[in-house]
Amino acid sequence: MIEILWFCLVAIMIAGYVILDGFDLGAGVVHLFVARTEKERQQVLASIGPVWDGNEVWLLAGGGTLYFAFPALYAAAFSGFYLALMMVLWLLILRGISIELRSHIESRLWKPFWDRVFGASSALLALLYGVALGNVVRGVPLDASGYFFLPLWTNFLPNAQAGAVDWYTLLIGLAALIALAAHGCYWVVLKTTGELQARTRAFGSKAWLGVAVFTAIITVASFQLQSNIAKEYSDRRWGYVFPLLALAGLIGMRVASGRRRDLGAFLCSCVYLAGMLTSAAFGVFPYVLPSNAAPENGLTVTNSAAASYGLYVGLWWWIPGMLLAAVYSVFVYRHFSGKVE
Amino acid sequence: MDSALAVHRLHFAFTVTYHYLFPQLTMGLALLIVILKTIALKTGDQRYHQCARFWVKIFAINFAMGVVTGIPMEFQFGTNWARFSRASGGVIGQTLAMEGVFSFFLESTFLGLLVYGEKRLSPRQHWLAAFMVFLGSWLSGFFIIATDAWMQHPVGYKLGAGDDILLDSFWGLILNPWTLWQYLHNMIAAVVTGSFVMTSVGAYYLLAGRFQEHARIFLRTGVVAGTIAVLAMLFPTGDGQGRMIAEHQPVTLAAMEGQFETESGAPIALVGQPDTDRLQLDNPLLVPRALSFLTYRRWEAEVKGLKDFPRDQWPDNIPLLYYSYHIMVGLGTLLIALALACSWFLWRGRLYGNKTLLWALMLALPFPYIATTAGWMTAELGRQPWLIYGLMRTSAGDSARVSAGNGLFTLIGFMGLYMVLGILFLFLIHREIDHGPEVQETGGAR
Ligand code: HDD
Ligand code: HEM
Ligand code: HEM
Repeated sequence: MIEILWFCLVAIMIAGYVILDGFDLGAGVVHLFVARTEKERQQVLASIGPVWDGNEVWLLAGGGTLYFAFPALYAAAFSGFYLALMMVLWLLILRGISIELRSHIESRLWKPFWDRVFGASSALLALLYGVALGNVVRGVPLDASGYFFLPLWTNFLPNAQAGAVDWYTLLIGLAALIALAAHGCYWVVLKTTGELQARTRAFGSKAWLGVAVFTAIITVASFQLQSNIAKEYSDRRWGYVFPLLALAGLIGMRVASGRRRDLGAFLCSCVYLAGMLTSAAFGVFPYVLPSNAAPENGLTVTNSAAASYGLYVGLWWWIPGMLLAAVYSVFVYRHFSGKVE
Repeated sequence: MDSALAVHRLHFAFTVTYHYLFPQLTMGLALLIVILKTIALKTGDQRYHQCARFWVKIFAINFAMGVVTGIPMEFQFGTNWARFSRASGGVIGQTLAMEGVFSFFLESTFLGLLVYGEKRLSPRQHWLAAFMVFLGSWLSGFFIIATDAWMQHPVGYKLGAGDDILLDSFWGLILNPWTLWQYLHNMIAAVVTGSFVMTSVGAYYLLAGRFQEHARIFLRTGVVAGTIAVLAMLFPTGDGQGRMIAEHQPVTLAAMEGQFETESGAPIALVGQPDTDRLQLDNPLLVPRALSFLTYRRWEAEVKGLKDFPRDQWPDNIPLLYYSYHIMVGLGTLLIALALACSWFLWRGRLYGNKTLLWALMLALPFPYIATTAGWMTAELGRQPWLIYGLMRTSAGDSARVSAGNGLFTLIGFMGLYMVLGILFLFLIHREIDHGPEVQETGGAR
């Protein structure tokens, strides 16, 4: 039982990361298209400047929590996705320094250079996160010792010989890219005014169409590919709340942004992302990393969890710690709320 | 040693050594900035505000580097040390996760306020932001040291099925006696780095004839803090660390000291080259009986030499371990001498005109960094051949599925990327130092 609780807590942290850092990444993806002048670029960056590092901490704290609650999963996944994960790390480094260093020097070479680095690293990160999720749904070739190793790609077919990138995981990657781009648009619209806002709004509604189309495609593809999903949903019908949540978010995004309810649109986008992630998590449950070679080798919530004493003790610091973290977050977001100058 | 293992070790050692170049300044400066801001608040002296603002700018650039190089550390336990993570994650995963939850959120939140918030916050609130960043970074140091200390001296665990190591006592893990000494010694080392960086910039300004008033504040603050800190490096904290090692890792002590024979009244070697083929210390310069006294507080105490430990317990790179340790202690001694001389001249009011001392202070900039890195190499090489002392061999902990080729690929990638980061860092820091403390606006992405 305690394992399932920790599974939910880790899921909350990952969803928190995707929602929060998601808008930074999305802003990074779209700013090259929507912000034309130096001033506009600066506005986009100002909208995420004080918060992006805190958002990224969700990834670190989530990773740490995964490490302590599900050490076998952490060990298998991180060494198995070795190459893809290292790319993620390099991209995170590039993204971080492009945000922090750009403002230090006034030069026609310096700033545009970092803007491009920021845009490209954000886009690739969003893509890779989607690919990662795709891999978890598709399954990986875990063997009896509980480890695997994936090359970056092999023949691009989602079978037992697949690498990290195949057509299915790439599809999920593209879906993630476009969903986070839309998410970033709603954030920028919320934080800016004037022409920049109008342009971003227009970009966002095009992105929304892409999100809707991709949502339909990846839903079908995932049900086809991972038989566990259909089984899980038919066994436990209450699980449909998660896809319904995603659908509600998707529709809400459209409706709210049509009515210029900018905060509403952003929040609906958060709901959509959370809905999609929890739908996937529910679909692969009780697995946390299924095996596509031999199902019995899959890592589940129970066989990858740490011993129960540690898990119980963990609650004693995790709950107050995350409440504190939530208080800080509310504090900075309120302090830097409103439109950027 | 099979080559994938060597690559994983080098991978981790390179990235963590590089990472730690930044947090040591973060943690040291965080304290000094709080001190500067406190004086500014108490006296209302604008120059202290300007000094604090200047160091906050340096701090922000340094912090960004610490963040981007820290993220890979968090993940390398899983990527490069999978078998270790799987076996021990239930124990030290606790402290690593606590670092994220308790300190990274705190630091990153209040850093935004410290760097961007001065105009919007009252001076007291801004002081509080500085204090919270200090608290966050020192907490961060605590949790990561607690993690490392557990690998040096595992406590609070029991063995489970297979090779799993299970947490048995949470407070045992947190209150590990090794953590206490390691934390104090390491944090004070961070203050040493912060202080000597501050005096180095101050000395540079005075010698170059720029920003003289601020330079004096840098020198004054840095020399006072640096003298206290560097003395505390030796005693009680360095001494405390040494006695932990004598008690729990006696073979490491013998290797650090180049002590091959078991002796009562063992001498301490000031210089010498350990020769692991002929099992002797070449060209030694010895202080008689000092080692016995320092470790056991008795001049005649017996110190066990390497020859009396089984070979398979010996650290696997004894010469490097020996040199690392001697470099740290040697530079520590040098810094103590420099700090005491500067304090004396400061007290007599003659420091600011003393060109020799100013040159020495300016050029001493790399020494704390070298000493700190050498200290970590002592700790980590001394732990070998164990990954978790007495529990898990290093050779049993790496990721079995990640081949040497893949590991080398990413190691080279990190080396290239970190070279670029290093150049950018030096370039930007140089610009800030060149601008000096009077420039008012704050940098960053706003
Ligand atoms: C400014 C940096 C600095 C300076 C001047 C010193 N140290 Fe140090 N030392 C460190 C920075 C450091 C460190 C980087 O902080 C280490 C590495 C691990 C740790 O916790 O602290 C360390 C570890 C360390 C250890 C433990 C090694 C192990 O765990 O195997 C001992 C015994 C000493 N130190 C002793 C000393 C003594 C006797 C010094 C005399 C002046 C001294 N250190 C100066
Ligand atoms: C406090 C957190 C730290 C932890 C948990 C940690 C852990 C580890 C691990 C898992 C390894 C690889 C296994 C091995 O070869 O021993 C390692 C090696 C190493 N680490 Fe640390 N480390 C920490 C901090 C540092 C720091 C700050 C430095 C240097 C500045 C450092 C320097 C090294 C070196 C030089 C090695 C290589 C040792 C060898 O190859 O034999 N470590 N450490
Ligand atoms: C294996 C060892 C280590 C890991 C896994 C690690 C992890 C990290 C991570 C993920 C960050 C970025 C945090 C953020 O986004 O705000 C970071 C920064 C930091 N780390 Fe490390 N770290 C290691 C070694 C150390 C050591 C040995 C110390 C000090 C004793 C230390 C102190 C800090 C501090 C104070 C920061 C704040 C940012 C900065 O100083 O630039 N770390 N570390």
